[in-house]
Amino acid sequence: MAELKLADYKTTVHNDWCPGCGDFGILNAIQMALSEMQIPRHKAVIFSGIGCSGKTPHFINVYGIHTLHGRVLPFAQGAKIANPDLEIIAVGGDGDGLGIGAGHFVGAGRKNVDIPYLIFNNEVYGLTKGQASPTLRLGEKTKSLVTPNTSNSVNPIALALVSGFTFIARSYSYDVKHLKDTIKRAITHKGLAFVDVLQPCPTYDDIHTREWFQGKNKPGSEKLIPRIYKIEESGYDGIIHDESEVNKKMSKILEFSSEWGDRIPIGIFYQNELVPSFHERIAQNINDYFERPPSHQEISDAEKKPTARIDKILDKLQIND
Amino acid sequence: MSFSDNANSISWLIGGPQGSGVDSAANIFAKTCAKEGFHIFGKREFYSNIKGEHSYFTIRISEKPVNSHLEDVNMLVSFDAETVFRHADKVSPNGVIIYDSSLAETDLDEVPTIDFEANKRIGKLLQDSGLSQKLNGMLDLARSRGCTVYGLPYYEMIEAVGRNLDDPKLSKLSRVVNVMAISASLSLLGIKKDMLISAIKDVFGSKPKLLSSNIEAAEHAYSYINTKFDAKNIKCKITPKAVLKDYVLISGSQAAAIGKILGGCRLQTYYPITPASDESEFLESNQIINQVDGKRGSIIVVQTEDEIAAITMAIGAALTGVRTATATSGPGFSLMAEALGWAGMNEVPLVVTMYQRAGPSTGLPTRHEQGDLLFTINAGHGDFPKIVLASGDIEEAFYDSIKVFNFAELYQLPVIHLLDKAISSSIQTSKRFSNELKIERGRFKRDIDKDPSPGTAGHFRRFKLEDSPISTRVPLGTENAIFWNTGDEHTEEGHISEDPENRNKMMDKRMKKLELALENIAEDDKAACYNFDSSTKNVVISWGSTKGAILEALEKLTEEGSKLGFIQVRLLHPFPTGTIKKFLTNARLIIDVEMNYSSQLGSLVQQYTGREIDFKIVKYNGRPMSTTEIYIALKAILSGTNERRIVLDGGT
Repeated sequence: MAELKLADYKTTVHNDWCPGCGDFGILNAIQMALSEMQIPRHKAVIFSGIGCSGKTPHFINVYGIHTLHGRVLPFAQGAKIANPDLEIIAVGGDGDGLGIGAGHFVGAGRKNVDIPYLIFNNEVYGLTKGQASPTLRLGEKTKSLVTPNTSNSVNPIALALVSGFTFIARSYSYDVKHLKDTIKRAITHKGLAFVDVLQPCPTYDDIHTREWFQGKNKPGSEKLIPRIYKIEESGYDGIIHDESEVNKKMSKILEFSSEWGDRIPIGIFYQNELVPSFHERIAQNINDYFERPPSHQEISDAEKKPTARIDKILDKLQIND
Repeated sequence: MSFSDNANSISWLIGGPQGSGVDSAANIFAKTCAKEGFHIFGKREFYSNIKGEHSYFTIRISEKPVNSHLEDVNMLVSFDAETVFRHADKVSPNGVIIYDSSLAETDLDEVPTIDFEANKRIGKLLQDSGLSQKLNGMLDLARSRGCTVYGLPYYEMIEAVGRNLDDPKLSKLSRVVNVMAISASLSLLGIKKDMLISAIKDVFGSKPKLLSSNIEAAEHAYSYINTKFDAKNIKCKITPKAVLKDYVLISGSQAAAIGKILGGCRLQTYYPITPASDESEFLESNQIINQVDGKRGSIIVVQTEDEIAAITMAIGAALTGVRTATATSGPGFSLMAEALGWAGMNEVPLVVTMYQRAGPSTGLPTRHEQGDLLFTINAGHGDFPKIVLASGDIEEAFYDSIKVFNFAELYQLPVIHLLDKAISSSIQTSKRFSNELKIERGRFKRDIDKDPSPGTAGHFRRFKLEDSPISTRVPLGTENAIFWNTGDEHTEEGHISEDPENRNKMMDKRMKKLELALENIAEDDKAACYNFDSSTKNVVISWGSTKGAILEALEKLTEEGSKLGFIQVRLLHPFPTGTIKKFLTNARLIIDVEMNYSSQLGSLVQQYTGREIDFKIVKYNGRPMSTTEIYIALKAILSGTNERRIVLDGGT
């Protein structure tokens, strides 16, 4: 098969994101990851929620399912459970995944279906003109807010951890290489992977701008020192090799997750493949699940007759033998 | 006035606290009678409660097929005081009551689970009859109508069973009181003990200890009746006529589940809700599927975090080409409305099995109603196509479970299969279901050549605009057919488009499917008529689970010389206007019968056919319509009542 180029994963659909939007970096990173992994285009499906991030699938030349506000995870899980051979990637915004969809975020963590989930985290509801999203901190006032934010923020990394995600990472939309590598790791991970992608909204988030991330207004420094640092560079390894490591690592991850401001950690906080995926749990009861998942079963023959026989079930309900 | 049943048929009721084995006792009783050759119809009633509140099971046993219950009870079987207090006044003259003789002096006020309203009602009944507020008072009232009461000293009987089994643990053994009660009733009815033992073996066969104690209890109670009482003269004796060959005893939710398995459903999602969960649990316990080709199939049942996840997960699975369903009840269906529109917008075949219960809000969570018709056909914002099909009984529930998947795939849209608690948790003797059915997948393809004329962005046109509103559909993962879906209005390829011209074309495409469905769906699936020919002047119109009770009431009226036709509307959306208009052409009098407050079908008939409904018979107290009350209401209408709307209030 001919090698697929990066361009093969791009569509010609007009992109209407604002100039300078962090979404572009994420889009590029997804396309690069797919291309580097040479995933056949028809085998990949991007599921998205609603908002600016929801439009992502239309720009990637693989199957694209743009779902409902907050519901991307159950849609994506349904497809992956029915056909585990598909390479499914779920994407959505922070309001989508941690506000209206927070129940599904927790629910998905409990199941551990084998999909990566990227949250485009820019602290605002961009498409509805900049309201506070669930990741905007208490008291912060972005451009469109009338008064400072009266709700506190949710901690996505900590929420993913306690919900049972088995891969938890963070990256930054303008570090496309780091993001692309993180996405590749998330795709390869066996189980549910969460990538929190920090992303400026040039139109509505006038607090955590690109310049802010680059180190502007950082006290005590003359030149710009980026606020973001990579945890791997300090020798941290998030992989769980033995269940006994989990508790210790959990407290470290919570520590990372509350770091914000002058120093913001990115990288792979946690990866635990010792937890069985939802697919493996199904295979406990249906042992040929991986060979014959629902999507591979023939339900009728050439004459349109059902292939299923119900006799044995009816026998149990039969009155006289 | 009451409904006199045919001679070789009785109505039997067992009651008791929830968790005391009322359900299993009733099932053993039903199976015993079915083995003896009787047709069965059984109806469950219970509170939204785990343990202790009053539950009861009514069973009709007849030499002819039965599909409804009656108000009167011929034999009341009890082992607690509450059952007698609540039901003894419904026992017909010449009927029988079996009760615990040690409870005769129990005072009405001593039964804490009889709520204030019921206490007041029963107390007044006893007071007006000049009787004491004790259980004996209730029994005296029954005796005065000609009932025979049989007091059983259950405690001593259990002690004797314990001695015979050499098992002194009476507290554990007291669980068999339910089987003693049914055994006593079967002995009185003259039904052979062998059948009872065989039915007990069917139920407890895999649990040897339970099996032996239940058999001992059954034997003991059976012979206790024979030695202590002379049952020769009891009036409700029945004799079997035939053996039911190739019959099953089945509930509506089981029938719907088995239909799904045969119909090719391979993934079902659900969130726990009464009365829908029974179906998902039955599917899960039958998740490995036998196939004719020797291969093994399977159905995955996924319990989700809520109903929104249930429907969206089902849609995600349906996109992979799998026949997928979710099952729910009104409160859950309310949460599914938005996603239903997404499935309509993206032309996804999806089945929602909707088991109605009494609303609004949490309503009467374990009780009956057909109150969600208008909501179901209108669910979701904006105009999008969907099909709504309502089954009228347990057998229809099976065959319709396959049809709804065919409709979903033929027209590529969501289909709602409307059922209700009166179908799902009732049991019935039914002829074994046929395997000989067709699976229609419409324009579904697994392989496709590259589109020589792709859409404007160069991609496969999943929503191709052509003569037919149905486009070629492929599962996710198909080569040469990458497409997009979006809840936004979209192009033929599935990309967002706000173009006004494209909008009109896409709306027209989707909505035209309803016209196509009306053209192609069989007349029998639109509406069925009974007792009907073109000259029929007086017509009863209804839908869903009221079918059985209406048909039996009409049969009785026909015998009495008043012929009424019956139109059972099955396809509720798109509304089969032409079919219904044709049936109503010569109708002079239209009577709408429905288990809801506002005669919801009646309003649709008026809206679509322009015909006024002359009389409305409604019921919304949470109890299903009985043959008795429909018969009485129809009789009143035929006798010229001025009441245009009759509210039925039967049931305990």
